[in-house]
Amino acid sequence: MNAGCFCLHFTASQVRVTTIQNRNFFREGASNLINDNYDEALLIARLQAGDKAACAECIEIHSPTIYRLALRLMQNETEAEDVLQETFINAFKAIEKFEGRSGLGTWLYRITHNAAMMRLRKPQKYFLSVEETLSEEDGAIVPKQLFDWCCLPEEDFESDEVQNKLEQAIYALPEKYKSVFVLRELEGLSTQETADSLDLTTSAVKVRLHRARLHLRDKLSPYFTEMAQASEKAT
Amino acid sequence: MKPETCEHLLDDLSDFLDGEASEEVCAEIERHLADCENCRVMVDTLHKTVLLYHELPQPELPEDARQRLYQSLDLEAYLTAK
Ligand SMILES: [Zn+2]
Repeated sequence: MNAGCFCLHFTASQVRVTTIQNRNFFREGASNLINDNYDEALLIARLQAGDKAACAECIEIHSPTIYRLALRLMQNETEAEDVLQETFINAFKAIEKFEGRSGLGTWLYRITHNAAMMRLRKPQKYFLSVEETLSEEDGAIVPKQLFDWCCLPEEDFESDEVQNKLEQAIYALPEKYKSVFVLRELEGLSTQETADSLDLTTSAVKVRLHRARLHLRDKLSPYFTEMAQASEKAT
Repeated sequence: MKPETCEHLLDDLSDFLDGEASEEVCAEIERHLADCENCRVMVDTLHKTVLLYHELPQPELPEDARQRLYQSLDLEAYLTAK
């Protein structure tokens, strides 16, 4: 770990930054609902005993993340809702067999991911767990846009239009990167949890997250470059 | 700078941005950035991309969909107001 060098660089290039070390502390979803008193082992035991109140608790904790993962994969609210229902129906049916080797969340997200992939009719390759390196990935992403749009005024990034652009760019990600990006970057799961959810190695998660970021940067750059150039002209 | 150096640097950028790169890798990247404008822009815009996604409001499960979920599981009796 070395957080120091990063700050040095950004002081040097005078970029307004906030640290991304404390990722996702502001995220809603499972992490906020799980307080210090949350006892997952107890919840699992209650679920396995068929306790319906426990089912409701489980839904409240995990449905936001499950819904968002399904939504990003299916790109359609109705289908996302179907996947959400299917996830909990299957999960509560299979809960007796859950051995707790991974967390309850990661087990549920795996069910969600598989259900979505079945619907997208591409289940096969997602059951293959392969060690990945960058060189094995499909071609290097060579940066195309090298205009520095990062320092546009904050307000420029806060419009609905920009947020739509950001959402659309997620949709356009290749599927293999999308699930990793959603779980790791947007939902704030750890690398290990993401790996467990998607049947990947931790190194594959890291490679795919990096690839996803590069794709998104590439996708967004022409849009933000145009925005930055327009605002330069205006001043 | 040679393009291979830039491409090689690209591989480690996420580790660098996440503070997970080793000291040697960090130092190497810093050295390269001092002389390579393209890579500086790459780092700046990649970092900004990550920040924008961390700040992106997350879509919520619509209330009617939540109710239908409880119905589908025969759990309406446990549906509490949000
Ligand atoms: Zn370079």
